[in-house]
Amino acid sequence: MPSELTAGRTVTDVPVAPRFFTLEQRAALGRLGWGTLSVGLFFGIWELLWYLGIADPKLLPPPHIFLGNFADQARFFNTATRWQIGVNPADGPSPYEAVAITIGATSARVFVGLGIAAVLSITIGVLIRYFQFFEKLVLPTLTLLSPVSPIAWLPVAIFIFGIGNKPAVFMVVIALFFHMVLSTISQIDNVNRNLINVARTMGASKRQIYWRVIIPAILPQLLIVLRLNLFGAWMVVLVAESTGVGFGLGQVIMLARNTFNPSLVFFTIAVIGLLGFLSDWALRVIQRRALYWVPETAGVLRGL
Amino acid sequence: MASKPIQPFSRQEAVVCRGIAKTWAEGTPRAHEALRDIDLDIQPGEFVVLLGPSGCGKSTLLYLIAGLEARSRGEIWSFDDAVTSPSPDRSLIFQETSLFPWLSVWQNVAFGLSLRGDPLEERRRAAEAALARVGLAEAMEKRPDELSGGMRQRVAVARALTMRPKVLLMDEPFAALDVQTRAKMQDFLLDVWRDSGASVLFVTHSIDEAVALADRVVVFTARPGRIKSIIPVDLPRPRDPFAPESESLRRRLMEELRSEVDRAFAEQEALVGA
Repeated sequence: MPSELTAGRTVTDVPVAPRFFTLEQRAALGRLGWGTLSVGLFFGIWELLWYLGIADPKLLPPPHIFLGNFADQARFFNTATRWQIGVNPADGPSPYEAVAITIGATSARVFVGLGIAAVLSITIGVLIRYFQFFEKLVLPTLTLLSPVSPIAWLPVAIFIFGIGNKPAVFMVVIALFFHMVLSTISQIDNVNRNLINVARTMGASKRQIYWRVIIPAILPQLLIVLRLNLFGAWMVVLVAESTGVGFGLGQVIMLARNTFNPSLVFFTIAVIGLLGFLSDWALRVIQRRALYWVPETAGVLRGL
Repeated sequence: MASKPIQPFSRQEAVVCRGIAKTWAEGTPRAHEALRDIDLDIQPGEFVVLLGPSGCGKSTLLYLIAGLEARSRGEIWSFDDAVTSPSPDRSLIFQETSLFPWLSVWQNVAFGLSLRGDPLEERRRAAEAALARVGLAEAMEKRPDELSGGMRQRVAVARALTMRPKVLLMDEPFAALDVQTRAKMQDFLLDVWRDSGASVLFVTHSIDEAVALADRVVVFTARPGRIKSIIPVDLPRPRDPFAPESESLRRRLMEELRSEVDRAFAEQEALVGA
């Protein structure tokens, strides 16, 4: 009910005794606290298992080992193009710069892929609903291909794009594309009929109905779909990178595997986890800014 | 069933319906008949209320007149035009809010004008004037979800009025509002109706609403909807809902409706039992 929503929103207007932090800041601090506690508990159990001698530090090195010596880990993030003839393997960025470059390269692949996938799949989804012949021509193939695991596309990516950035981006796009097309179509079908009918009674053409009503109406759900698929994008990008793209987090994991370096594996996992978390948070911020009209309903279930 | 000869009509009427029938999903096993043999004339500037049990097809008639749905049989004219598609001359206002949540209040009101490509300044002025008319001049820059249900319906009315419709079609517009707000909105609607000069075709299942608003009340039968009776109301406005005339009109409408509501009920129970 709208009245209850607005009631929820006015809570912050209630005068409270002046405090050190605003309510919003305190909520953020609370979330941070719980997050730290959650991760701390996980690490604590791990450390305990190591202390008790149950977890073998050679196979499952606890956090204080794999996070303890950053410089030691950073050595493995080598972004020098040392395989090229005439390049001194000792040249290139310092280990710390190399870590930053590696992280930046992988993130860029994820977000470029995400952007391409979003634009491409929304366009195709809208075209499918807009032109019936296009739907008949394209939708059966798309539906057939959509359950195929993105991993199955990896050889295709290499056949077409060789190695480098392109196959990694292609993998991200492929991982998101089919879901997002099908989801675009189902969002279009669920647009409130009244909104479309209002536009029709005001003399809107088909084109105007799509541009002015349907596309703005489906954007919020599509951004949620994009966010849910973000983690999928992080997963495939590693697979793609492990096949040889010069440098990237996937390549580091592969190196760690080949050189039997569990410490490096866990270190990279920690980095990837943090990156995934941060990029999800970034998308959420974008979502709030870009879709200012969507009410925040996350609180509804909390009362249960 | 032999079709009746079409009654003559003048093209000065705001809406003319002749022999309208609508069957949903015609020709499929799920087909069901919503409307049968509707003949109805609405004069320019007239306020007509369509009253009937839920599911009797009165909203369907509104959609047919708006041109949003295709009729199965019959003819609809509005002034000089045969109704074949939606037109800005016939605005429809829905029961639920149908404001675009991503547009501000004034952009919602000016939506129809922007479809036509009117310049920004003109659109703003028109929206301002329409909002002033519904008493919401201050809400220009607000977003729809910041408004109460009653305010949102007023914005919807303002949006319809900017298109200068000749016929205002209203599908239970106040059904979701509380009783006090609803009474206010009825007064407000009568004001707007008087100075717009448009005909209003107002669907409701509330007898009180019919008594408060109508020049004529068209009572529908249960499904398939047919016109059971047309009752002229010549009570002066503003109307006192507790006056003896209102009371007797209410009683009469109640009598008209009761048997239809009973039939609708029996039919629904039969459906559940089957």
